[in-house]
Amino acid sequence: MSFYEKYLQYKDLSPDVFEHITDADVLRVLNKDHLLEGDLLVLLSKPAEKFLEPMARRAQQLTFQHFGRVIFLYAPIYLANYCTNHCVYCGFGTHNRISRRRLSLEEVETEGRILASTGIKHTLILTGESREKSSVSYIKDCVEVLKKYFTSIAIEVYSLEEQEYEELVNAGVDGMTMYQEVYNEDTYATLHLKGPKSNYRYRLDTPERAAQAGMRSVNIGALLGLEEWRTEAFFTGLHARYLQDKFPETEIGFSMPRIRPHKGAFQPKFEVSDRNLVQFMLAMRLFMPRVSIAVSTRERAQFRDNLIGLGVTRMSAGSSTEVGGYGSAEKTEGQFDISDERSVREIKEMIYNKGFQPVFKDWQAI
Amino acid sequence: MEDKLVIGGRELKSRLFVGTGKFHSNRIIPEVIRSSGAQVVTVALRRVDFDSPDENILEHIPEECILMPNTSGARNAEEAVRIAKLARSAGCGNWIKIEVISDNKYLLPDNYETTKATEILVKEGFVVLPYMTPDLMDAKRMRDAGAAAVMPLGAPIGTNKGLKTKEMVRILVDEIDIPVIVDAGLGKPSHAAEAMEIGADAVLVNTALATAGNPVMMGEAFGLAVKAGRKAYLAGAGAVKNFAEASSPLTGFLD
Repeated sequence: MSFYEKYLQYKDLSPDVFEHITDADVLRVLNKDHLLEGDLLVLLSKPAEKFLEPMARRAQQLTFQHFGRVIFLYAPIYLANYCTNHCVYCGFGTHNRISRRRLSLEEVETEGRILASTGIKHTLILTGESREKSSVSYIKDCVEVLKKYFTSIAIEVYSLEEQEYEELVNAGVDGMTMYQEVYNEDTYATLHLKGPKSNYRYRLDTPERAAQAGMRSVNIGALLGLEEWRTEAFFTGLHARYLQDKFPETEIGFSMPRIRPHKGAFQPKFEVSDRNLVQFMLAMRLFMPRVSIAVSTRERAQFRDNLIGLGVTRMSAGSSTEVGGYGSAEKTEGQFDISDERSVREIKEMIYNKGFQPVFKDWQAI
Repeated sequence: MEDKLVIGGRELKSRLFVGTGKFHSNRIIPEVIRSSGAQVVTVALRRVDFDSPDENILEHIPEECILMPNTSGARNAEEAVRIAKLARSAGCGNWIKIEVISDNKYLLPDNYETTKATEILVKEGFVVLPYMTPDLMDAKRMRDAGAAAVMPLGAPIGTNKGLKTKEMVRILVDEIDIPVIVDAGLGKPSHAAEAMEIGADAVLVNTALATAGNPVMMGEAFGLAVKAGRKAYLAGAGAVKNFAEASSPLTGFLD
């Protein structure tokens, strides 16, 4: 079975369903121990907005219970920005005339050394989506270089075959991120015009291939703003639970990226407010108490700070989304503009001041 | 008779073991260890940041403590063995708490893989303390493989629900002739006392301390509860009866 079959069950879910929830439904769910799919729908509803405070209290208690008062830190390294897709919302897409490059292994080493000197131990490497320019063997070479500097390396690259994920796991990669971008299949088709990424089903099954290949952690997400957020959040939750049930050994996580301004100036059709984002996060924490939740520097500093203690478990810090952004003189356009530009040291201090322990190392290659 | 707890050839002064995860600051850990009187301290090797003096959790563990690294993150016996060896070569000593969890949903230990890891690590010269779901046959296998103690869970890890596995733990206490240390799920000092009263040799607590409003004071409370529970066990609790029995019987004048 693939998650696609689960998707088909709910494909025709009307956004109206969120309007017909009663306060009593929300209260009933808030007092349950184990939440079912329908319960997630209730917590994502419009009426549940009135219950954000009790949801937050429960989410906090669950987060403390399962993760403690700690925040795991990581930072990305952009290795390349070549891309063969045309996704109408993305700054890296083929339709955007931006300078393109791929780091040499020497440059990768420089990036790794500089980032590691800030104390970061877990990195996420990104390549853009060009199999030709950023081949699996190039990624493996980069991992070999970066192993010296980081105890955990995750990838956010184009969709791979299971056997390719296996090769990368053997090379020392322990996590992967793959955003579906949009779960609504029809909307997906209108936004992904060209390239391998236009294959909805292949992308949808990607996290599953990675988990099957032995990836320790798998992170999913929808790019918020491309569709009605409540249904997208619901599908994200279903997907996360599907993966957790099928791959109990794998740590499942999700992110809630919102569209940020970038070159190409795609304007999101659906607004996702801070309040909406918080509701999404709280609902997911209640639905899956052990799911890992990441918030990147796309979000504003003050907003990120306020999310600590509500359910977030992982934050990026001191990030650059430019290829060669840490050490190279020659920089490219970033994939998105960063809102939180604080250094690793500043983020660390902020986390301490909020009464939490920043954790730089939570895994090492064994 | 002296009441001693000896594990791996070491005589332990305290029957309270503590974990070091989930605290809001590593800097509070030494204070919690002191207030609780704990001597054995477990640390997840995955978290030990050897390169960073500031964030290295080992820097916060008092020297007089016995370090018991754990294999958190291991999904099978092979990974647990690799982590144990890494811990030893990094200078963390030869005690190892085996944690093998192949289920991220409930975080229940995998007894089968844990037993396999126990067999291997005992042969490699480790003092092995396996974390397990309380099952008599598995506990016997672990003992036969040379485990220094068994560590049955009281309730799923992190739940603070108390000694939900009491009847199973009681059977281990009665039948297993190596120390039984109740690990995971104990949320309050009364839970720890309960485990000690039924004859557990020690308890390990982490979440209950780390998520307490005042972890240092809670550490002290657990320390006292463990001592009280142990004393009560040694004293021999009176029988539980269904009918009231006055200490000055009404019919005493007939004797």
